[in-house]
Amino acid sequence: MYNPTEATMTVQDTGAIKMTARNVNVFYGDKHAIKDVSIDVRADEVTAFIGPSGCGKSTFLRCLNRMNDTVASARVTGEMRLDGQDIYDRQMDVVQLRARVGMVFQKPNPFPKSIYENIAYGPRIHGLARSRAELDEIVATSLKKAGLWDEVKDRLNDSGTALSGGQQQRLCIARAIAVNPEVILMDEPCSALDPIATAKIEELIEELRGRYAIVIVTHNMQQAARVSQKTAFFHLGDLVEYGPTSEIFTNPKKEKTKDYITGRYG
Amino acid sequence: MNKPALADGALTPTDWTSPAMVARIRQRYAREARFKAMGLVALVISALFLAFLLYSIAGNGLTGFQSTEIRLNVAFKPEALGITAADLAGPDAEDRLRQADYGLIGGDALIARFPEVTDPGDQMDLEELLSPGTAAYLRETLVDNPALLGKSITLWVPAATDVDMLNKGQIDADLPALERGISDRMLGYYRQLKADGDIRTSFNTRFFTAADSRDPELAAIWGATMGSLLTLFVTLLISFPVGVLAAVYLEEYAPKNRLTDFIEVNINNLAAVPSIIFGLLGLAVFLGTFGMQRSAPVVGGLTLALMTLPTIVIASRVAIKAVPPSIRDAARGIGASPLQVVFHHVVPLALPGIMTGTIIGMARALGETAPLLMIGMRAFVVDVPASLTDPATVLPVQVFLWSDSVERGFVEKTSAAIIVLMVFLLMMNALAIYLRQKFERRW
Repeated sequence: MYNPTEATMTVQDTGAIKMTARNVNVFYGDKHAIKDVSIDVRADEVTAFIGPSGCGKSTFLRCLNRMNDTVASARVTGEMRLDGQDIYDRQMDVVQLRARVGMVFQKPNPFPKSIYENIAYGPRIHGLARSRAELDEIVATSLKKAGLWDEVKDRLNDSGTALSGGQQQRLCIARAIAVNPEVILMDEPCSALDPIATAKIEELIEELRGRYAIVIVTHNMQQAARVSQKTAFFHLGDLVEYGPTSEIFTNPKKEKTKDYITGRYG
Repeated sequence: MNKPALADGALTPTDWTSPAMVARIRQRYAREARFKAMGLVALVISALFLAFLLYSIAGNGLTGFQSTEIRLNVAFKPEALGITAADLAGPDAEDRLRQADYGLIGGDALIARFPEVTDPGDQMDLEELLSPGTAAYLRETLVDNPALLGKSITLWVPAATDVDMLNKGQIDADLPALERGISDRMLGYYRQLKADGDIRTSFNTRFFTAADSRDPELAAIWGATMGSLLTLFVTLLISFPVGVLAAVYLEEYAPKNRLTDFIEVNINNLAAVPSIIFGLLGLAVFLGTFGMQRSAPVVGGLTLALMTLPTIVIASRVAIKAVPPSIRDAARGIGASPLQVVFHHVVPLALPGIMTGTIIGMARALGETAPLLMIGMRAFVVDVPASLTDPATVLPVQVFLWSDSVERGFVEKTSAAIIVLMVFLLMMNALAIYLRQKFERRW
C-alpha cells in the first residue's frame, strides 16, 4: 500500500502541507469502510479522490471536517491534523473546524432563502462582519470569487433555489468561501450538473486553486485529470495509490489503478 | 396455419381479438365502472348526511340568534322603585339606583297595558309574559339614564320564553292548552299584543354578550366562548412549546436506541387514548395533587394540553423529518452549531407543518367535552369569565348542558351554540389551510 515517506520523496514539494492523515480507519458499525489510510493534502493544490462506487472516498472526505460525527454508528481511529492540530482531539471545536474546512456537496443545497442570505448566513453566525456594509462586501466578494456575481448581482433578493443547477452549485461554493475557509472539500460537486455547468465549476476550481487547499471527490476520471495536481485512488476502503495526477494517469504503479484508469472496471 | 413459424420455446403471438380476450376486456371495463359508481354513491351518501346535519342545525338554531321583545310604556315611579329623587344626588347615586327594586314596574306597565284585567290573580299571570330578565334590563336603562326617574318611556323589553316560542312558531297555538303548555288566557294576551304591533323579533345581542342563564331567552353563549378562549390559550401556551421542543429533541438530538423507541411508541399510543382518561388524569393531578380550583380555565387548559401534546409532537416530528437532510448538511458544512442548524433552518422550514398540526390539535381541544366534565367545567356559570381562575365552561360543554335542559327554549339555543362552535372550528381550519399555503416551501 501507499507509503507517505516514499511519496514525499517522489512527489515534488510545491507548498506547505495543510492537512495530514495517518493510519485512519473508519468503521460503520461492523463495516470497515476506510482501512489504514495515510495522506497529505497540500495548501496550494487540488487533490482528487477517485475510485469505484463504495470505495470510501466520500467517507474519507467527510472525515476531514468531521461531518461523519453526525452518523451515530461511525467510528474513526487514527490521526488527522489541520496545520498540525489534531482535529479529532477533544479540544477541537467542531464548529470552528467546519468553518475552516468548508464543504460543497454532491447535490446543490442552497438554503431556501435569498441569494444574499445564503452567502451572508455563514459570516453572520461566525461574527465575521461588523456592519451591514462589511457583510455586503463579503457577499459581493464571495460571489465574485465563485464567478456568479455578474449573473446574480441584480437579483440578490431572489430565492437561491430559483437558480439553475450549475448556478446553485456555484452559490454553494460562494457560501463556503464566504466564511473564509482554509480548505474546501467538494463531494462530487458536478455529478448532478450538465457538461456546460460542469465546465464552469472546473474553471472555478482552477481559479480557486492556490487560495484554498481543495479536495475533490469525483467519479469522473477525466475531471480528476483536468483539475487536480494530486490524485488518490481508493478501492474497497484501501488507498491503493497516491501521487501526482500526471503519474497516476500516465504511469500508474499498481495494477489495480491501471485497470481502473483504463476502464477495466468502475 | 398461415402464421409464421415461431422459434422453439417462443410463445405464440397473443390473439387480442379472441372471444376470451374480448370477454376479459369487457369484464375489466365493467369492474372500473362498478368501482367508480360505488365511489360516487359513497360521496353522495356523505354529502347527504352533511347536508342533513347542516340543515337541521341551521333550521333549529338560526332562531336562537333572535329574541322576542314586547313594547311597554314603563313608568319609573320612585315609590314603586323604593327610592326618592334625593337618591340621585351624591357620590353613591349609581349604587342606590342599582339597589332599587325593579321587580314591580314591568308588571305595572303590563297591568296598565291591559286595563281590562282587574283581578289581582290574573294581573299576576300577566307578568308571566315578561322575561325574568326584564328587571335587570330596566335597571340598566335607568342607571344609564337617571333622568328617566319619575318619567314614563316606551321600551322594548324581553319577553318570557313561552311568548318567545309562540312568536317563533315553535309552540303550535292550535294544540289544546295542556299539550302546548301555555294557557288560553296567555295566548289571548299574546295575540292582542301581536295584533297591536307590540311584539317584535330582533337580533339577540344578549346571546353574544352574556353567559348562561336558567331562562332560555336569557341564556347566552359569550360566557362559554370566553371560557373556551381562555382554556385554549392555556392549552396553546403549554402544549405548543413543550410539543415542539420535545419533537425537536427526539428528531435532532436524541440517540436512536431502545429508550427513544419506547418513548415514540408511547407518544403514538397517547394520541389514541380516549380523552376522558386525560380528564381523569387532570382530576387526579391538578385537582387532587396540586389542589387547584375546579371549573377554572387554567385547569381545563392544562388537561387539554396533556391531550393535545401527543398530536403536536407527532405532527412536528413529521414536519421536521420532512426537512431534507441536505439543508442540515449545508448549515453544518459552513460551521453552524447544532442549535443554529435546528433553529435557523430546520424549525423555520418545518414551521408550516408544525403550525398545521398545532391548529388541528387545538381544533380538537376546542371540541373536547369529556375531559372537561371530569374537572368540573360543566358548572352552571352566569358570569362571563374574565381570568384564568374564574369558574367557566366551554362551548361544547355548553352545548351538552343546554341539550340536557328540559325547557323548549333551549332547543334552539343548543343548535345556535353548535353553530357558534362550528364557526370557530371552520375559522381554525381555514387558518391552518391558509398558513400551509402561505408558508409552504419547495426545494
